[in-house]
Amino acid sequence: MASQGTGYDLSASTYSPDGRIFQIEYAAKAVENAGTVIAIRTKEGVVIAVEKLVQSKLLVPGSNRRIFNIDRHIGAASAGLIADGRHLAERARDEAVNYRDTYRHPTPLKALADRVGLYVQAYTLYSSVRPFGISTILAGIDDVRGPQIFMVEPSGVFWGYNGCAIGKGKQLAKTEIEKLDLGSLTLSQAVEEAAKIIYKVHDEAKDKEFELEMSWIGPETDGKHQLVPDELRKEAARKAKEALDDEMED
Amino acid sequence: MLGLQPGSSTVVPTSAPVGHRFEPYDSNGGSIAAVCGKDFCIIASDTRQSTGYSIQTRYKPKVFRLNDKATLATNGFAADAEAMVSRIRQRLEWYRHSHGRSMPLHAIARMISTILYGKRFFPYYVYNILGGLDEEGKGAVYSFDPVGSYEREFCRAAGAAQSLIQPFLDNQIMFKNQHSTPEHTVPKPGEMSLPDVLKIVMDSFTSATERHIEVGDGLEMFVVRTPPSAQGEAIGAASVDLKAMGGVEAVGGEDEQEEGAVMVIRRELKKD
Amino acid sequence: MNYLPGQTWSSQPAQHHHQFASASYNTDPSAHTSQPIVTGTSVIAIRFKDGVMMATDTLASYGSLARFMDIKRIEKVGENTILGASGDMSDWQYVQHTLDKLMLREQNENDGHILSPSQIYAYLARVMYNRRSKMDPIWNSFVLAGVDPKDGSPFLGYVDLLGTTYSASTIATGFGLHLAQPLLRKAVEGREDQIEEEEAKRILEECMKVLFYRDARSLNRFVIATVTKEGSKISEPYSVPTSWGFAEMLRGYGPQTQ
Repeated sequence: MASQGTGYDLSASTYSPDGRIFQIEYAAKAVENAGTVIAIRTKEGVVIAVEKLVQSKLLVPGSNRRIFNIDRHIGAASAGLIADGRHLAERARDEAVNYRDTYRHPTPLKALADRVGLYVQAYTLYSSVRPFGISTILAGIDDVRGPQIFMVEPSGVFWGYNGCAIGKGKQLAKTEIEKLDLGSLTLSQAVEEAAKIIYKVHDEAKDKEFELEMSWIGPETDGKHQLVPDELRKEAARKAKEALDDEMED
Repeated sequence: MLGLQPGSSTVVPTSAPVGHRFEPYDSNGGSIAAVCGKDFCIIASDTRQSTGYSIQTRYKPKVFRLNDKATLATNGFAADAEAMVSRIRQRLEWYRHSHGRSMPLHAIARMISTILYGKRFFPYYVYNILGGLDEEGKGAVYSFDPVGSYEREFCRAAGAAQSLIQPFLDNQIMFKNQHSTPEHTVPKPGEMSLPDVLKIVMDSFTSATERHIEVGDGLEMFVVRTPPSAQGEAIGAASVDLKAMGGVEAVGGEDEQEEGAVMVIRRELKKD
Repeated sequence: MNYLPGQTWSSQPAQHHHQFASASYNTDPSAHTSQPIVTGTSVIAIRFKDGVMMATDTLASYGSLARFMDIKRIEKVGENTILGASGDMSDWQYVQHTLDKLMLREQNENDGHILSPSQIYAYLARVMYNRRSKMDPIWNSFVLAGVDPKDGSPFLGYVDLLGTTYSASTIATGFGLHLAQPLLRKAVEGREDQIEEEEAKRILEECMKVLFYRDARSLNRFVIATVTKEGSKISEPYSVPTSWGFAEMLRGYGPQTQ
């Protein structure tokens, strides 16, 4: 990399002469190496799906969850350094509680994304800290704007999305999400589509094992963020594998 | 300027305290008593909790098993008592973790004293009686005032009916005002048998129930002794069949329980 | 202001001249003074065969003024627990928020563990005792009722502004402690496992009627909440028939206008 050896990449508090902060860009690299995380927004609700790469067969299936509850109506998933993801989820929870303390109302998603974004951005200002090695998807439903997705990047910047993808397979995943007709998709259909995409972007040659982890928020969950029930998730996974096999035969 | 009228140069008391000052204490009635023998100790209480003329509940234990050799009776403000007992229990657990054995009775007594004195200026409004076996296996009773003054005794009553029970125990356990005759020598205190002491304790509480409105509903008598299994041939208190008297194992506390070491006997008291 | 034992708030705001004088007049700066402002009256609750049942009216009074007529004084805490409050209504709302946060924290863990009624009770009791120890009490008496989702055992407990706690098969707060508790004990004690849901409801309705007759800060509009193994439900507010025939000849009650 051209930046290395120049001395401008050693601190998050130093710009390079052309105005870049290399530490932030390195943080983005950590995200690109991580298992894919996607979120899809439909009219009814939101689905999050994670390609959880399993490092060892000795790990207990279903452990080390990557999707977190932030508030009753909000979930989050990060791609990148797992510990950073857990820390940011904890911070997001605190912010959600703080909003409740102040306004006695569940936090609107945008207000939460705003606060999380500010927090992440603060780690791009000082030489004593490193930026977060994660991108984080916040997904939920609020009574102001209904179902929403926000994605916070290592720089602290965040955007709202109809569908988004981070991690290794993000390019392919984004292409696949773009093909969906999000305006007419039901939430259960979105669950199946999300599973298909995760299975499709998984690179069997490079990463052997993975677990499909999914959560949703919508009419089926009474507006609460919950893990997709095991049966439904397995069924979606089965269909995803089937679709993948069909595709291979063509 | 605190306590000064605006504009006045001398200290003029302002009106009486503003509003109503919160009273953080209550008195929850009931009575406790403990008597020790050569190789056992009985710690008892009624189970009524009340405030003023109202009975809050007919069953709220005031005696707590701490370990196989110590049991604590509390009386006064129930919320303080519970907070205090949970602190004591935590300290006993820590002691066990660092020393690998239960804290001996005399040490528990001093610790309780320290904990109480630590709140000398916002006291736990609780009268405590600690009963159990000392390091020689002898029955022991320690009694405390709410700010930590304590002493070891043969017997003690406290609580609402202290003034009814204590004189009775003084006479029946300490043999006060009893005089030896040629035919009958007054025995020494602390040598009575377990069944005899149990009878005296039961009589104490049935009598207190008759004459004191805050005492009644139920009686719990904890018996601490060397567990029968620890002796080859059960002698003394260990040979008494408490199960036949309705005794059950007392639960709770910080150590592993040896069968028969601490048992509790429950009796009904009048509910009016 | 503690006029009656067990009644920890007054029926009206204190009428001292310096009621709202600034705190700096208090000679002890660390002493928080406190008094209830908008108050709810009795909570009554009993155990029955399938679980626990609780009743409160929907009134929140400002002294002798019937200020808010549609206030909820029983709330769910999770699926298996309900909490009823008497005393200060703003403190009650604070406690609801506190417990909502507790439940949210537990839910966020997403480990399948649900707080049982007795665990929520333990938490609430610590909060109440801690605040009394700071001389800044939460001015309520609470009745917490529930059924343990794991073993189906019923729970009925009381905690107040002093941190005093107890469990019993019948519990009443405020005026209910004096008017309803004796009736409840007579109807329930020793029969906890025989009383059917219908009878439990009748017992509570009868007590709510007695309270309406004699407690001037009560309302003949109340809710009854029930917790069983199947979960909890809180009824819509309703009334019971009352008869004022005895007062036919009394001026102010009967047809006379003068």
